[in-house]
Amino acid sequence: MMDATQELPEKEVGLGWHPYRVLLILMIFSFFMVFAGWTSGYIVRRDEGNWREFDLPNIFILSTVLVTLSSATIQWAYYSAKKDELRRVQVGLVLTLLLGLGFLASQWAAWTYLVHQTNTYFGGADANPSGSFLYVLTGWHAFHIISGLIFVGVVLKRSLNYQVHSRAMLSIGNGAIYWHFLGLLWWYLYLFLLLNH
Amino acid sequence: MATNMTGSSQAQGGIGTAAAPATTHDDHLHEHDHHDQHWLWKYVFSQDHKMIARQFLITGMFWAIVGGALSSLFRLQLGWPQATLGWLEPILGKWVVGGKIAPEFYLALVTMHGTIMVFFVLTAGLSGTFSNFLIPLQVGARDMASGFMNMLSYWFFFLSSIIMFSSLFLETGPAASGWTIYPPLSALPQAIPGSGMGMTMWLVSMVFFIVSQLLGGVNYVTTVINLRTRGMSMSKLPLTIWAFFLTAILGILSFPVLFSAALLLVFDRSFGTSFFLSDIYIAGQALPNQGGSPVLFQHLFWFLGHPEVYIVIMPAMGMVSEVLATNARKPIFGYRAMIGSLIGISLLSFVVWAHHMFVTGMNPFLGSVFMFLTLIIAVPSGVKVFNWLATLWRGNIRFTSAMLFAIGFVSLFISGGLTGIILGNATLDIQMHNTYFVVAHFHLVMGSSAFFGLFAGVYHWFPKMFGRMMDEKLGYIHFWLTFAGVYLVFMPMHYVGIAGFPRRYYAWTGFDAFSQFADLNKFISTAAILAFFAQFVFIFNFFYSIFRGRRATQNPWNSTTLEWTTPIIPGHGNWPGEIPAVYRWPYDYSKPGSDKDFIPQTVPYSATPESNLPYEQELSE
Repeated sequence: MMDATQELPEKEVGLGWHPYRVLLILMIFSFFMVFAGWTSGYIVRRDEGNWREFDLPNIFILSTVLVTLSSATIQWAYYSAKKDELRRVQVGLVLTLLLGLGFLASQWAAWTYLVHQTNTYFGGADANPSGSFLYVLTGWHAFHIISGLIFVGVVLKRSLNYQVHSRAMLSIGNGAIYWHFLGLLWWYLYLFLLLNH
Repeated sequence: MATNMTGSSQAQGGIGTAAAPATTHDDHLHEHDHHDQHWLWKYVFSQDHKMIARQFLITGMFWAIVGGALSSLFRLQLGWPQATLGWLEPILGKWVVGGKIAPEFYLALVTMHGTIMVFFVLTAGLSGTFSNFLIPLQVGARDMASGFMNMLSYWFFFLSSIIMFSSLFLETGPAASGWTIYPPLSALPQAIPGSGMGMTMWLVSMVFFIVSQLLGGVNYVTTVINLRTRGMSMSKLPLTIWAFFLTAILGILSFPVLFSAALLLVFDRSFGTSFFLSDIYIAGQALPNQGGSPVLFQHLFWFLGHPEVYIVIMPAMGMVSEVLATNARKPIFGYRAMIGSLIGISLLSFVVWAHHMFVTGMNPFLGSVFMFLTLIIAVPSGVKVFNWLATLWRGNIRFTSAMLFAIGFVSLFISGGLTGIILGNATLDIQMHNTYFVVAHFHLVMGSSAFFGLFAGVYHWFPKMFGRMMDEKLGYIHFWLTFAGVYLVFMPMHYVGIAGFPRRYYAWTGFDAFSQFADLNKFISTAAILAFFAQFVFIFNFFYSIFRGRRATQNPWNSTTLEWTTPIIPGHGNWPGEIPAVYRWPYDYSKPGSDKDFIPQTVPYSATPESNLPYEQELSE
């Protein structure tokens, strides 16, 4: 006869992940679905014709490099936090913030180039959905990057308050996951546009 | 108390590899344990899932009355197109011109009726209420994964409701291009008055609504995945939880796509883009927009729109399964098949959206693919229906109000589902498209059915929500009036539809062919308005019982699931002591050998040697 407090196998319960991590991953799925909607809409629309072709500016390559580097720096900050190298955590997070801002600047430069050099407009009588789609995809991604910068900023503040270390990895872990997602999302969008523009 | 909670919360969270302990959650629980909370935090900006559920329920009921009232108004117009409705002038003001409902306002009425019922009542009001209320209680959790996000979910819904409700009072009227807001009609303010400010507010409101759904949905899924109590494996979950879980996943994946469509529509309306607009002449003038595709909007919209109908119906399916098993005093028939069919419906819901678009000129081959996939949905739906019927078969049925509504649900789901097979066939759909046949189909299979599921849920879990019972006699009256009303409204509508009556028409008086059905339309309208007024029996019963109902016992329906092990009115944290562990599935009703006709999930096999099956006996030793 077992009493009510008998041990049950722990593996039957949960994922072993913190609930906030699960929340974040689910949110990432829904963020991605917005882009999935647009990119599939892009293909449907492109196949209907009346599609203005233009070359993607090379500045996007710079953006890609910056966002990839920023993924590396936040991962470095994450590993440093695991080893309790608190100074390096802060350096890594500041570098991530700077690279993220650089990415935004580079995107801005790309949009300026598109408008002035290739006459690709978002709206108005001279606009074609091919251009409008590009601005929506990259613009909405940039909006997410801003949210990511705020996230990384919060983690940095926590780190300055000694709240990020080897036994408090949740915030920096989540920050890193979100930031990597934004980097991968950019890779997805850039490759998608390269292949389908 | 606090240490106790910390211990059990870590056990239930199963936090092994995550480095950070869930301290914030526990601190917050501890803090809320004091009973001298300000009423504003207790009743208004509450983070407690049970209060948020009640907020969703009451807001949903408000919306249901608004949505029903709007339908009564347009049924007046359809039933008595010649009547003078001057008596409505004090309510509707300038929308009644010379005793006639203005045609533009009629369009606004059907649009807002659809929007309100689908989104605000049957999405937010149904899964918002019961996912919030039942998930933590039935999986054995203190609260949702993030109480704060859960609170935000309600308040975004509230904000969205305020905006949508205000749009009813605009001078140019609310949105009027149908609940599906197809462009170009919805994109051009010059087209109809409803595409002006009303449409803008519709879109803004829906953006907040989507945010609310996502905040709620990620919470539901996380809670089910992470916060189950000890022993509550996925194969011991009540079917309600499986339904809410899959519903939330559908919402997480499909609402963002509606967002993507709505945002592009906003750009088309206000920023001069041409995603959905091309080659349009309006009032003799050519618009500058070139290169857009209105069919693209339909693809994006229905990629949400179809999963959305399952978001509406699946919570009802889950609750009906639970209510049927409890009140038939029998285990649900085919528990695993029920889960499998829910998963099947969820997967299929993403690959059938184009069956709403058979007449958009799509490639007939593509149409056949979507037709084939659509008809496959009949298989999991059929599995569910047969399992419900088999659960009832030779059951020791207790006809509670909830049980009546659950049986009514099965009936409506069958009646409406059969016409789904007709409409799923592309060739037949081309004939039936946009007629009242379609209206009758979806009102039975998803509109009324989901309402019946909602009612079953309210009658069944009312004692847990408010600690009192609803009145059974009034429940019977409510059921029979509603059940008869629904069939009297929607059965004749099939005939009207087969005769070719198109949807969304203001009046058919101009067509001789339709004059023979004038009586039938009058009949439908009468039944609809009576069925609407019958709902006030429920409203009265609900509010009266909150204050004056018979006091509930701890487990009034002799049910097996965890929510009935909490105190009659559970406090914050749900269980005063440790969260009970779970040892068995939730459907041990009338188990052979047992002297009681139900064994709660918290009873270990070792306590019931007389009724254990051989493998259960092994587990207990």
